[in-house]
Amino acid sequence: MKDAHAYTLYRPKWYRKRVSTWWWAQQWRSFKFILRELSSVAVGYCGAILLMLLWSLTQGPETYETLKSWLKTPLFIVMSLIAFGFVLYHSITWFNLAPKAMPVRVGGKRLPEWMIAAPNYVAWIAISAVVVWFLLGGK
Amino acid sequence: MAKRSNEPFLWSLFSSGGMIAALMFPVLLFLFGLAFPLGWLEAPSYESLLSLVRYWPVRLVLFGLCSLPLFHGAHRFRFTLYDGLQIKHLNELIAVFCYGSAIAGTVLAAYILWSIP
Amino acid sequence: MAETITLEVARYRPEQEGEPTFERFDVPLNKDWVVLDALNYIKDKVDGTLSYRWSCRMGVCGSCGMMVNGEPKLTCATFLTHYAPGPIRVEPLRYFPIVRDLVVEITDFMAKLKSVNPWVVREDEKPVSEGEYLQTPAQLDQFKQFSMCINCLCCYAACPVVGLDEHFIGPAAIALAQRYNLDSRDQGKEERMDILSQHEGIWGCTFNGECSKACPKNVDPAGAIQQYKIKAVTEWFKSVLMPWSKGGAK
Repeated sequence: MKDAHAYTLYRPKWYRKRVSTWWWAQQWRSFKFILRELSSVAVGYCGAILLMLLWSLTQGPETYETLKSWLKTPLFIVMSLIAFGFVLYHSITWFNLAPKAMPVRVGGKRLPEWMIAAPNYVAWIAISAVVVWFLLGGK
Repeated sequence: MAKRSNEPFLWSLFSSGGMIAALMFPVLLFLFGLAFPLGWLEAPSYESLLSLVRYWPVRLVLFGLCSLPLFHGAHRFRFTLYDGLQIKHLNELIAVFCYGSAIAGTVLAAYILWSIP
Repeated sequence: MAETITLEVARYRPEQEGEPTFERFDVPLNKDWVVLDALNYIKDKVDGTLSYRWSCRMGVCGSCGMMVNGEPKLTCATFLTHYAPGPIRVEPLRYFPIVRDLVVEITDFMAKLKSVNPWVVREDEKPVSEGEYLQTPAQLDQFKQFSMCINCLCCYAACPVVGLDEHFIGPAAIALAQRYNLDSRDQGKEERMDILSQHEGIWGCTFNGECSKACPKNVDPAGAIQQYKIKAVTEWFKSVLMPWSKGGAK
């Protein structure tokens, strides 16, 4: 046996299992967790798109049109679609976890979790509506 | 008093960035990444976007939008690399790469928003 | 319903093998038996050398935590019929060194728990003649959930950070620290903040949430940790923006 020391009556030999590099792939719940964490890449992608859009605004209408044509290419459409899925996943998991971090007590009793999560969802929808209204020409 | 870590500051960037990203990124990515390019909705013209962005309140919101979520992503990605791939020995390198990118994005956003014509 | 169910039990006998192995046992499938009953049956009737911890057999002592089909559970609260037709895989608690068979070494956790000062800390003690420290039901309610922890370590077996970072203090220790932080009789918030607001403390946690799912007593350690993170952030900003004010209003 190629172990550090052999077991003797007064020297126990504990077994320490190495955590595999693939620990996150071994159970569905670990995999879901890593997907949630990888939504950070999609958030970065969205931030980069926004920066590119803003930059094109400083460069003139031709740059804006070029950027728009880039975004039309299949590569960007696929990336945006995947990123959109991840960003949605981020939002939903974020709002569902908010009640755990902020327990609200009213009259001595703790409010049920959906009551804390619901205002977040309402704000999400309201803000999204405002953004759509702004961008589609209303003022 | 023992030395307290400065992680609370990074976490406050992470959580505020996460909230902003959760509230605003889905609709923005849907519009600019899918709806406008695929023609489902009409994209705003250069002039209308520019006139919108010229307003200083809008610029401030955009600055928040382009900086804090980057820190959120950077912080989370740093922990994912640290935990997911167990490359702890590259800890400093990962931190510099992640937060450095976020800082770079923030500086770029500030510069762009300042120099909008 | 079938007569028996198979248990695949992890064995580790350091005096004769270098790695854990699995042994299969057939136990009667009684509808009111839990996994602990099955293990006791094996020890009584089949193999007396099987080693495992248990005590109260009713879910309050925290001794019998083990992995059942890959999930940390109290074996005294996990029914065999839930897993019928089986087989049921019983392994020692994950992320802890294995001493023998299903027994794990938990000294590391005990040290981590002690490090957060899990007791009521007072700067000034009331003399006994002045009577007890009074506490309203509302004050009790603030921390009661976190006091339900039985140190079963199911949350440690569920938390990936515990497995990945041996210095991480862990969910139960932080939840118990919060139990005392929120106790109206306690005055030890500051000293615990110094210990916990570190990377090995609360900042190693990535809010996976599995600890709360695994907890058999609904302690919700994940909630305790996130609430503490928010508290730590407000304290940090206070100490940076208002360094002249020391401590809280207690």
